[in-house]
Amino acid sequence: MAAPTTNGHDYKVIGTRPIRHDGFDKVTGRAKYGADYSFPGMLFGKVLRSPHAHAVIKSIKCDKALAMPGVKAVVTAADLPELPDKMESAGEAAINLAHLSATILARGKVLYDGHAVAAVAATSPHIAEEALRLIEVEYEALPPVMSVEDAMKPGATVLLPTLRNKEDGADKETNVAAHMQFKRGDIAEGFKHADFVVERKFKTAMVHQGYIEPHNAVGIYSADGHATIYCSTQGTFAVRSMCSALLGIPEGKIKVVPAEIGGGFGGKLTVYLEPLSVLLSKITGHPVKLVMTRSEVLRASGPTSGSTIRCKMGATKDGKLVAAECWLAYEAGAFPGSPVGAGAMTIIAPYNIPNILIDAYDVVVNRPKTVAYRAPGATNAAMASETVIDELAEKCSIDPLDFRLMNASQEGTPQTVGPPFKRIGFVETLEAIKNSAHYKSKLTGPNRGRGVASGFWFNVGLQSSATVNIHTDGTVSVVTGSVDIGGTRAAQAMIAAEVLGADINDVRPIVADTDSIGHTDVTGGSRTAFATGWAVYDAANDALRQLKERVAKTWEKKPEEVAFANGRFSPVSGNGVKPMTLKELAPRLARTGGPIIGRATVNARGVGPAFATTLVDVEVDPDTGKVKILRATVAQDAGKAIHPSYVEGQMQGGTAQGIGWALNEEYVYDEKGILRNTGLLDYRMPTCLDLPEIETIIVEVPTPGHPLGIRGVGEVPIVPPPAAVANAIYRATGVRMLELPMSPPRLMKAMLKKRAAGDSQAAAAD
Amino acid sequence: MVKKVIVEAMINGDPVELLCEPRQSLLEVLRDELDMTGSKEGCLTGDCGACTVLVDGRPVCSCLMLGVEAAGKSVTTIEGLATGATLHILQQKFLEHASLQCGICTPGFLMSAKALLDHNPNPTEADIRYALAGNLCRCTGYDKIVKAVIDAAKHVADGVGTSHHGKVPRKSTAEATRDLLKGQEVK
Repeated sequence: MAAPTTNGHDYKVIGTRPIRHDGFDKVTGRAKYGADYSFPGMLFGKVLRSPHAHAVIKSIKCDKALAMPGVKAVVTAADLPELPDKMESAGEAAINLAHLSATILARGKVLYDGHAVAAVAATSPHIAEEALRLIEVEYEALPPVMSVEDAMKPGATVLLPTLRNKEDGADKETNVAAHMQFKRGDIAEGFKHADFVVERKFKTAMVHQGYIEPHNAVGIYSADGHATIYCSTQGTFAVRSMCSALLGIPEGKIKVVPAEIGGGFGGKLTVYLEPLSVLLSKITGHPVKLVMTRSEVLRASGPTSGSTIRCKMGATKDGKLVAAECWLAYEAGAFPGSPVGAGAMTIIAPYNIPNILIDAYDVVVNRPKTVAYRAPGATNAAMASETVIDELAEKCSIDPLDFRLMNASQEGTPQTVGPPFKRIGFVETLEAIKNSAHYKSKLTGPNRGRGVASGFWFNVGLQSSATVNIHTDGTVSVVTGSVDIGGTRAAQAMIAAEVLGADINDVRPIVADTDSIGHTDVTGGSRTAFATGWAVYDAANDALRQLKERVAKTWEKKPEEVAFANGRFSPVSGNGVKPMTLKELAPRLARTGGPIIGRATVNARGVGPAFATTLVDVEVDPDTGKVKILRATVAQDAGKAIHPSYVEGQMQGGTAQGIGWALNEEYVYDEKGILRNTGLLDYRMPTCLDLPEIETIIVEVPTPGHPLGIRGVGEVPIVPPPAAVANAIYRATGVRMLELPMSPPRLMKAMLKKRAAGDSQAAAAD
Repeated sequence: MVKKVIVEAMINGDPVELLCEPRQSLLEVLRDELDMTGSKEGCLTGDCGACTVLVDGRPVCSCLMLGVEAAGKSVTTIEGLATGATLHILQQKFLEHASLQCGICTPGFLMSAKALLDHNPNPTEADIRYALAGNLCRCTGYDKIVKAVIDAAKHVADGVGTSHHGKVPRKSTAEATRDLLKGQEVK
């Protein structure tokens, strides 16, 4: 149920719900995802992975594997160039190339269960798998360091002997890769003004993005030194940059072809198999395909950080937040780079708090290197802050939604890093929930509770390119470099159709390979509709400008004397010339100067931050601790929803992932640091039986400066659910859950503890 | 080398004779031997349902069945769901309801939903959620999938195009596509 608003524009296509152009291939099984590609003479690759969480590699012997019939190549880190152990630019982002290379194939040490050690190419996947067993690796096991607490202890076993942080200096070995601090006002003074102070310590478990499609790549190295990679990735240009750096092949000699992608959520922004596919192809002369198993996906790709967060907030008795002090430590995995900075910058961002002190620590542990997961870092942080805020609201005897409204960030409120917010729609999401049928409904019955929480995410802009081709029959193709994970092709086509007055079914959106479109950054950071949409808008207008020139030429007028509205070119001042449509004009282009393409590139600035507020009703089974989600409603600011169904889809999907994070999902390591739940039966993601209908309310507060007012929508809906569920559980049971996931055993334990305390109180009263 | 064996089966209504190793799963045979890549591999342990096919009308995770076990059986895959160029009502409703985002789980959901509607043309929402609980989707939160199946069931109950063999009026590809696109909006 989208709030009816058009931001004052009378759009014809934007805001409607056409059928996506790539849908037919996807419901008939014809769409080609990375693992669906095959080529003549193709070999199959498999990766040998570490059975230890932490060990020195003493030696690797490959001769027996190589001698096996059907085996064509075996590679180890010795086959990759040794790269500098420092941050270097690799296209879009600064990356430590030594760390990235050591993720592809371990060099000298293995740092987590599942760490890649060697790779084989053979004539069948079964032979490749058998060959892995013939590779002899001698390890010297080291003690695993699995938690941030253990990793930060003085004298802790060190994972990376070269790791240093600025505070401790050049001489001191450490597992703390970075410490960041954000300050505003006077924290001690702030707490003096507080009538109520709540301080809690939270723990959240490491969780996986859980895309259904495992990582895959087909590499084809040609004798002329060019390489082509077919893979499911969120960023073809990023894959090209990284493979170039990792393999020492010039970027211009690598082409990355985007296969359809079966989910990413941030987990497919990096490379694992792509460089191996090229390396093995270069050695064997054959195309090489690698596809991870689910167990490999869970052990060695993704996940996002588990965390320890202390959050202390103070409010006056009339409900004004006056101070917030937060301490966050996130598991980076085996190499630096957790999203703890984002956690720190989002944790109190929805609220106007005059005095803040936030410390954030990026800590390496013997777990897989974390990568982005949908609003990375923000969900962990919101679990802490949104629970503490709920508790403060209760102490102030103020409705938790009203408490948020009283303190909500608005245009002009300083962000955590300093600069003030421009126009944002946080208050509007709170009001939308307040006015929702769900909020106005009564929740009755035992063991039931309702909880609310909000979330913030920055979103990003970055670079995009687009071309808009006018075809001789008046149809249009829109070419971008933005991989389509969730229906963004439809949005790009709709924007072009809107500008050109074309029928949506006369516009064909295409995602091109790295040789066929200008540089385009990743599909991530909720940027595709915002930034690539902007490029498409500009490119379509560029085409329109040229079309007007041709019309002017035909009519022997100046271009400014040609108007365009409702799909028709007409003279500004009527003089009997018959108006012309794009379909009438297109066949005449050859006679008026040749084909027309519109083109545009953007390095999009002025990104619009996203806010969401989620309302959840739960019922807790008092005998098992199982939580049932009875009802969920999410309100989110989309700026302008281009295709509302796919905006709703992002909101619903993010909410579902957030509920999984809240209730069930976690990495379970044993005392040796071995992952014990490496399948989807034990890594328990929500099924459709676990979820109710997820109601959505799209709020539209346009992003200032964007031609269509778009805000990214992909990430923020995952942020509120864990805290919203925790707050609902509190109302259902009286128990404040401070640890994720709030799985049945964990909640049962907390409820039993509370009951025991109640019993002893009752006994004392007797 | 493992010796291959000959397997004869009906696949999407056609008799097929194929060679496969006894250790190959039905999923691997479909994808790697028959180049039918519509059935997807998500886990190989029967937990995600992306590889769901119908074997003698029953939904089966093709990753949990050996290719040789398909001998003498009738297998329906996503490639056999549409009738010629006419989409199955479920395919049509998935498009109209925007029930797919990345689309990798879609073939499995469609096959599980077909199995449900073939056996129970009037399912409740609870029936649908139960029947689809063996299929994981990570993008949609299932909301729009469930709504598409409810809508498709309504059409099946009304006799407007059941499934594979029947009441769907014949249309050319162009007609079907145009009808589907024209004026129709995602609900």
